[in-house]
Amino acid sequence: MGLFDLFSGLKTFAHGIHPPYHKDTADKPIRRLPFPAQLVLPLDQHIGKPAIPLVKKGQEVVRGEPIAKADGAFSVPLHAPATGRVRGIELMPTPKGPKSDAIVIDVYDGSTQEVLWKQPREMSELSPTEAIQAIQDTGMVGLGGAAFPSHLKLTIPEDKTVDTLVINGCECEPYLTCDHRVMLEHPQALMRGIRYAMRATGTSQAIIGVEDNKMDAVEILRDHLPKGGSIKVESVETKYPQGSEKMLIKSVLNREVPAGGLPADVGVVVNNVGTLAGLGRLLPEGEGLIERVITVAGPGIVKPGNYLVPLGTPIRHILEQVGYEGSRTEFILGGPMMGPAVSAMDTPITKGTSGLLVLNEPSIEEESHKIWPCIRCARCVKACPMHLNPSILGQMAAKRKYEEMAEDYHLNDCFECGCCSYVCPSNIPLVQYFRIAKAINREQAA
Amino acid sequence: MSKKPTIELRTSPHAHAGGDVVRIMRNVVYAMLPICAFTIWQFGLSALALLIVVTATCMASERLFNRLSSQPSSLGDWSAAITGILLALTLPPGFPLWMGAVAAFAAVALGKALFGGLGMNAMNPALIGRAFVQAAFPVAITTWTPAFFEGRFTSFVPTTLTPPFLQPPVISDWVTSVTVDAFSGATPLALQKFEGVQMDTLDMLLGTTAGSAGETSALLILICGLYLAARRMLDWRIPVLVMLGAAVTAGIFFLIDPVKYPDPLFVLLSGGLMLGAWFMASDMVGSPVTPLGVVIYALMIGVLTVIIRLFGGLTEGVMYAILLGNAATPLIDQLTQPRVFGEQRAGK
Ligand code: SF4
Ligand code: SF4
Repeated sequence: MGLFDLFSGLKTFAHGIHPPYHKDTADKPIRRLPFPAQLVLPLDQHIGKPAIPLVKKGQEVVRGEPIAKADGAFSVPLHAPATGRVRGIELMPTPKGPKSDAIVIDVYDGSTQEVLWKQPREMSELSPTEAIQAIQDTGMVGLGGAAFPSHLKLTIPEDKTVDTLVINGCECEPYLTCDHRVMLEHPQALMRGIRYAMRATGTSQAIIGVEDNKMDAVEILRDHLPKGGSIKVESVETKYPQGSEKMLIKSVLNREVPAGGLPADVGVVVNNVGTLAGLGRLLPEGEGLIERVITVAGPGIVKPGNYLVPLGTPIRHILEQVGYEGSRTEFILGGPMMGPAVSAMDTPITKGTSGLLVLNEPSIEEESHKIWPCIRCARCVKACPMHLNPSILGQMAAKRKYEEMAEDYHLNDCFECGCCSYVCPSNIPLVQYFRIAKAINREQAA
Repeated sequence: MSKKPTIELRTSPHAHAGGDVVRIMRNVVYAMLPICAFTIWQFGLSALALLIVVTATCMASERLFNRLSSQPSSLGDWSAAITGILLALTLPPGFPLWMGAVAAFAAVALGKALFGGLGMNAMNPALIGRAFVQAAFPVAITTWTPAFFEGRFTSFVPTTLTPPFLQPPVISDWVTSVTVDAFSGATPLALQKFEGVQMDTLDMLLGTTAGSAGETSALLILICGLYLAARRMLDWRIPVLVMLGAAVTAGIFFLIDPVKYPDPLFVLLSGGLMLGAWFMASDMVGSPVTPLGVVIYALMIGVLTVIIRLFGGLTEGVMYAILLGNAATPLIDQLTQPRVFGEQRAGK
């Protein structure tokens, strides 16, 4: 933590970067896009075991109906985002890269926006175990991008006790504003979701961390806080990666998650605002997760905004609706710091997709593609939020000393935030080196 | 929608801070230009010729080694030019040009190419070149030229044009014959060390003294260094801590015996300390990357500079101090690895 941060009293963590934020869509209310003609629903949209299909080719499905069930505890179900007919289960491109099995649905013309399949219930009558089951039934996962099943996240391991629920409203990735809009437009649903999550985890306090470039959201949330003070809103410094779990816990609670550990090790469980607002809306209705808000933005987009789209919507459909231009383009799912680039226009929006960015030449830093040798400028060292030494890690990666990287230089603590690559004047693709190194180490261990 | 775009696929992050190596290096060159101009004004044609020959030789050698190792030209990164200019600035202005060329070649060959080029070199190449000629031509490198001698823009210092492989002529007669204002033949450091005379502080600050081509005006170097620091192309901690280390060490000795030892201000302003602190010790390649390492490294250079000056056989210590600092950098880096976020260390 810099001297300045200490004196300013601003809640934050040490290191990190301040990229241009481009939050131009922050004032664009959430709008629904027309349904596409076809939906592509990969069975492995979440972390864990792929879901098991419940439907067959040619079968008719209604909006909201379960179409795949969870494969045990480490999995979540899928629901039909629109009424239509199952075309089949096909290998389709996914945001993760490799193709995987997906349920493809031909959507009926004029398919209704009303959810036809639901099981309303009184949440306060459920026991914690029943509540966890109800959460799994919604198919909810971390909507911030991680896509980790929410019911698992809210299940506290036997040997741990947690006292605080931290809600991540940072949205520290440039361009993205969907969480911001959710906080502004659905504060009640969020508060409900927070209460459900607190009950499920047995936590007595909840802290919503919001970056201080969204003070309007901070105010609205404060207006909606329940009496009693169990839920608090804290504004934190606008800095990337403020929204990573470990950094946010450090910022709002000054607790440091041990290396290799989980938030539960310091008594915390973290959820994203979008996820909890989603649970707050879905749980009482007994509905499944079938749509999400994404930010569509970037210099190549004609009508940027925050759009509510059914899961499985191919990016082609979105781009046709909002229009895009540019001769050399990069399509990114999520934010520019961590989101993957995709080339297949059939790639669908999945549960973990928070945005669709179209970056054109000017923003794809043109001049700086040449990779120079490391000049040991230490900028990466000063940027790494995990306090690693990307400079030396990068040099070791070039020599393929992957095991030493993990053993002596904490490679496995790298969470691939990209700060090091962002600042490197030599344009060394450090994060990419680290991803490869980790993948190779994993393979060797297997 | 416009016609089919080319879709690019890159790995994240898809954003970049923008500053690149070439820009940093180019700015270092810019920052040294005023110092070059000053030294040319001070010493005339000889200084100009030396700058050109040394820089050109550095760049030519760099290209040669690129060829030998079948690498694309690395002249574009400006680092060879920086080495050349820095090296020229550390040499006496009347240094024979052919010896300057030897120094330049040694700088690139021994200081850089041997290690594998930019970023791989453990030590500052300019200083390697300078150390090489210090050993090879001990007389020429300690022959100082008076500043502001008359006719400096029309004629060379006699030593400048020494034919290759010959030793330069003795110029003490020439030195006494040229007219200068307020001149003293030896450098401030030599005067202090061997004759116990202290140069006027203002003279050293402004640079109206003898010395290596570029190390005479402390003030100008300070300003140029501050420019780089302000543009964040130089870690200001390094020069500041080098100066602090030197001043404190000198201060201790001065308090012990003010007659025998120079005062700290003199130590800071004389010799190559300023140039070394701002433009050589701060070279990123040879300095540690860890925050604590930087502090240790810089203080060590400052302290060593004074110790070598006061107790070594040489008047000038900063060069060896920086080389020692460079040499210690890998070890310092290793010993000062920052505590990783969430890492529990024994005893904490
Ligand atoms: S990607 Fe890894 S090494 Fe690079 S800054 Fe982020 S945590 Fe540090
Ligand atoms: S930012 Fe790049 S050039 Fe600078 S030390 Fe890190 S890896 Fe090396």
